Parts: sequence; structure tokens; C-alpha cells
Amino acid sequence: MPREAVADTHPLDEILRADRLPHIWCPGCGLGTVLGCFARAVLASGIPLERHVVVSGIGCTGRAAGYLNLDGFHTTHGRAIPFATGLVIVNPELVVTVFSGDGDLVAIGGNHLIHAARRNMDLNVICVNNFNYGMTGGQLGPTTPLGALTTTSPYGFHEDPFNLPRLLAACGAVFVARWTCLHTRQLEATFLRALQKRGFRFVEVLAPCPVGFGRPNELGEGIDEMWFYRRQADYDPRAALEQLELSMRKDSKILCGVFVDTERPTYMDRYREFVLRKVEGGSGEA
Amino acid sequence: MKGRRVLTGRHFLLGDVACAEGALAAGCTFFAGYPITPSTEVAERLALRLPEVGGHYIQMEDELASMAAVVGASWAGAKAMTATSGPGFSLMMENLGLAVMMEAPCVVVDVQRGSPSTGLPTLTGQGDVMQAKWGSHGDYEIVAYAPSTCQEMFDLTVRAFNVAERFRNPVVVLADEVVGHMTERVVIPPEEAIERWERPRPKVPPGELLFPFAPDGDLVPPMPRAGEGYRVYVESLTHDERGYPVMNADVHDQLVRRLNEKLRRAYHQIVDYELVEAQDAEVVVVAYGSTARSARQAVRLARKEKMRVGLLRPITLWPFPGHVVEELSARVRAFVVAELNLGQVAREVERFTDRPVYGANHAGGRMMPPELILPRIEEAYRDAQGSRRRYAPAG
Repeated sequence: MPREAVADTHPLDEILRADRLPHIWCPGCGLGTVLGCFARAVLASGIPLERHVVVSGIGCTGRAAGYLNLDGFHTTHGRAIPFATGLVIVNPELVVTVFSGDGDLVAIGGNHLIHAARRNMDLNVICVNNFNYGMTGGQLGPTTPLGALTTTSPYGFHEDPFNLPRLLAACGAVFVARWTCLHTRQLEATFLRALQKRGFRFVEVLAPCPVGFGRPNELGEGIDEMWFYRRQADYDPRAALEQLELSMRKDSKILCGVFVDTERPTYMDRYREFVLRKVEGGSGEA
Repeated sequence: MKGRRVLTGRHFLLGDVACAEGALAAGCTFFAGYPITPSTEVAERLALRLPEVGGHYIQMEDELASMAAVVGASWAGAKAMTATSGPGFSLMMENLGLAVMMEAPCVVVDVQRGSPSTGLPTLTGQGDVMQAKWGSHGDYEIVAYAPSTCQEMFDLTVRAFNVAERFRNPVVVLADEVVGHMTERVVIPPEEAIERWERPRPKVPPGELLFPFAPDGDLVPPMPRAGEGYRVYVESLTHDERGYPVMNADVHDQLVRRLNEKLRRAYHQIVDYELVEAQDAEVVVVAYGSTARSARQAVRLARKEKMRVGLLRPITLWPFPGHVVEELSARVRAFVVAELNLGQVAREVERFTDRPVYGANHAGGRMMPPELILPRIEEAYRDAQGSRRRYAPAG
């Protein structure tokens, strides 16, 4: 390619830490796509960039915060949500996104996930679900489908996985959505909707992990998994939550859409209602 | 009712409550915790008091979350704390390490109880001394105060916040059940008489490039707040001065050395202790927390028996006042270390002396009786002429 054809700027330069690229993610991984969708949604949100904070846990997705030119925190494994809770309580003006993976948020961080949803904490949670622990080389997790092969389920995983939208809806999240990383337009629009909403928001994004999960389960390369998404994904925002289970069956559907979009008082609303109202003159300094 | 942040005056306060009032006086605005005996009264008091003064109390789902929230709150600009006891302290070790790595000022109160494991929830112990120093993985320095009165529960909590902010490090108030649950007179000074230290702040305006881990001359980097406009990246991985992760042995060595050195250099600024009747002492008792109260009585009893005995009471257990042990060793014949564990600080004393070290130990469950310390003083006195045993644990 002639040198002059290489663009020296990129539309996302303002919001990416270009000095940290190339990223560490494998070829065929879905994380770059999800990050791009989120970055565009942040720019489209019109919320000043200095008010955005991104908090990640540990794992492949946990590296997302470090590629965004925003205030970013790479915390301990599973603790992104409670860390973000401390941030947003002290400064409720912050728009805090927790950007992490299924193992981090749902296994080791599962308790924090359900409690933050119960509290309706003002957090925007992006959970990239690649069905395994990619960073450590493809072990099973609580989203690994029944029967799937991983390095720690060499005979096929014998447990049922979480149905994340159903779990989060049951815990009280006010916004629950699922897409695959093939759905870049929908994903960006959904991220934007989530950013413009208050309370506990949860977006599950299915993403290929061709190295950790695709290979042992003969799903092919990343592109093959994208074809699989294209064949199997259905837009069905009215689907009953129990229908949102994911499985390894070749004929199983991946139901996508925004399943919950409702309002209820956030943690801080309730705090003002029950605590500050009784503490005359209290202002919630933090 | 709008509350006052500093309850100036003379009070009759529970140790745990005095600790909570000390936190408020120091400027604490955030508490995240999980109830656990015998520290619960710290949380209860702050649940009541923090909202009155514009702060925030949140009860988290466990101690892992509590400590993580404290580190997050600290990075949002709050003076943040939590309070717990041994079992919860174990869970907090993960994110105490995060606070070290992210250089997040915060205070952790550990009101010790009988241990290991669930141990003796309602009864005292001093088994967490080494955990306070070494409990989280990796090389790091910690500051830990050992209050032995309710007044010190107040005073040392104020100081814990100050040192945490000044050096951007977690600081532990290592109390024990006896001090946490006793009630004594506590004098709270006027607000203007309370010294408050703040964390160092960036000198460049928001929007400009800031390397959040580039230290000043004292090795402590100025600290921005989330949302302030510096757009910083803050890492739990080994990172360079920009905050970017670097998987490199040299950068790692440099970072870990700086994190340790910023506190080691400040040793004389931080270390604190009390010496009682040590001028002519031939045997010195070392004791801290509630046990120091018993040790004081044991020293009195020994003096009555015409033995020249003194007391060294470490007020900071970490850094340990080793230089005092070293200095005393020039004229003291032996040390007796009294503690409600099987010899944790005794081991530390041994590192600084070639004199014999005797232990007056009990595993916890009751306050150390002076009658358990006195025979060890007598023994140390007798043996001082003869054999040079090293550490001799009791029983």
C-alpha cells in the first residue's frame, strides 16, 4: 500500500489511547468490536469526556479500560463493581461504566453483580461473554454452555450456565439487553441508550474467543463464529426471559434485543428519600 | 438534625465509638463495611453520623466489596475507611493490596478477636499483628497503630487518616476487643486544634497531561480525582509513571521499591512509642494495645519487689520501633514481650536485640492478666545473670 494512503488520524483518536495500540487481543476476538461500539456511543452521548469513568476487572475484557482515553481503573478480579460503587457514591456526577468479562463479573464478582442490581446502583455494566476464561487459556466459567469443551471440562461441561438477562432482570436491573458483536449498529445504539439512562444497566455482548473457546468446540475461526451469530441470532425483545438461555446445540437460537427498559428509584434516589430527608440540611457532600 | 463533625468536649465513650468520632474529626466522608463483632459499633456510629455531616455510609455485601468500594471512594477524592475484625480483615487483604498498588489513601480498622478462623467473636485477641504487615501478597509497607485506650481510639484514628493521606497508603488501626468495647473518658479537642493532613495534589491544571504515578521528591505522587479532567489510567498491574501496564522486571523492581521506600524513608516521622520507667531498667516489657495496660500494672508490681523494670509500648506496630529496642539493648539485660498471641511481636523484638527475649503469651479470649506477665519478668531477671537463651515462649 502506498504510504500516502495510510490515514494518520482515526475517528476514535480522541477517545482511544493510541499510544497503547496494538491491543493484546487475539485475531478473531470480538473485544475490539465491542470497544469500538462503546467508544462511538461515548462520543455520541454528548456527555463531557471528563465525566466518563471506565472500570474493569481482570481478564481479556478487563483490559478495555486501558485502551480508552478516559479516567480508567483496572481493578482486582471481580471487584470492578464495588470499586465503581465507591466512585459513583462519592461523585454522583460521574458516568461510570463497568466494562468486564463474564468470568470476572459473574463468577468471582457474581455477588457484587446481583447486589449492585438490587440496589439499582447508578452503573452501566457491559459484560462481554465469550463463554470461557480466555486470558488463562480457555477454562470453564459460569456461562460455559452445557456440554462445552474447555481445558478444565475435557469431558464436556456438566453444569448449567447462567441465563444472564434473566438473572439481572430478576435482581432488579432497569435496563437489560443482549447482542452479539456482529450487531455493531444495534450495540452502539444500545450502549448509547444505556449511557443516557440512570440506575443499574446491563448489556451482555456475545463475542467469539476463537483461541480459548472456538478451537476446542470446533466453532472455527472468529469469522466462522460471526457467521454462526448471523445464522442463529434473532431479534426478539419480547421473548420471555426464560427463553434467553444459550446452548451449544447447532439449532439453538441466540435471542437478542433490549429485554428490560424500565424505571425505578436509584440507590441515590432512595438514599435521598430515606436518609438525607431525615438529616435536615444534609447535602450528600461526596 | 444536622450534626457537628467534631464533637468537641469531654465524653464517656465506647472505644469503637471513639474510633468513629476520630474518623469524623479527621475528615472521613465515606465508610463501606460489613458488620462483624467486635467492630460493629464503628459502623453503627458512622451509619448514624456520616449522613449528618454530608458523608456517606454504605453496607456492602461482604468485606471484599467493602474494601474495593473504599479504594474507589478514595480515588473519587474521599477520605475513606472501613472497620472489621480478623475474618473480615482476611477478606480485605485482596483490596488492601490494591490500595497499596493504586496508592489510594484509606484507613482500615481491625478490632481484633480470638483467632484463627471464626475463633472467639466476642472475646479479645492480638493475633493479627503479622497479618497486618504481611497479609496481602507481595512486598509492601503498612502503617499500623495499636491503641490502648479509648482516647487513643480517637487520637490514633485521626492520625491514621493523616498518615494515609500524606503518604497515599492504607493505614491500619489495629485495636483489640478490649479497647473497642470498653468505655472511658475521651476528650475531643476543638475542631481548629485537630491537625488534618491532605493528600498531595497535582500541580498542573486538569486537561493537561498528568503522569499519576510520577513521584515528587518524597516519592509520593500527587493524586488527581476521578472525573477531574486529567483522564488518567490507574492500574492494579505493574505500571509505569503514566499508569500504563508494563510487564518488565526493571519497571516492576522500580515501582515496588518506590512503594516501599516512600514509607521506609519516613520511618522517624511515623514511628511512635511510649517508654515508661525505662531509664534504669534491667528488664523491659514490650506490650501494646489492651495488653499494655496489664503490662503497666506488672511493671508496677515488679518495681514494688525492687526489680528495675520498664515498659516499651509500641504505638505504631508498623513501622515497629526497632531502633528503640536497639538502643535499649545497650543497657537492658532482657526483654519480656507480653501479647495475646503465641509470639508475633516477640519475633520482631528479637530482630533488633541480642538480649534474651521472654514471651508472656496467651492465645486470646481474655485480657492479659498482670499475674501472667510478672513471673516472666522474675524469670528474665533471674536468668539475666546466667544462660543467654533466645526467645523463650511461655507455657
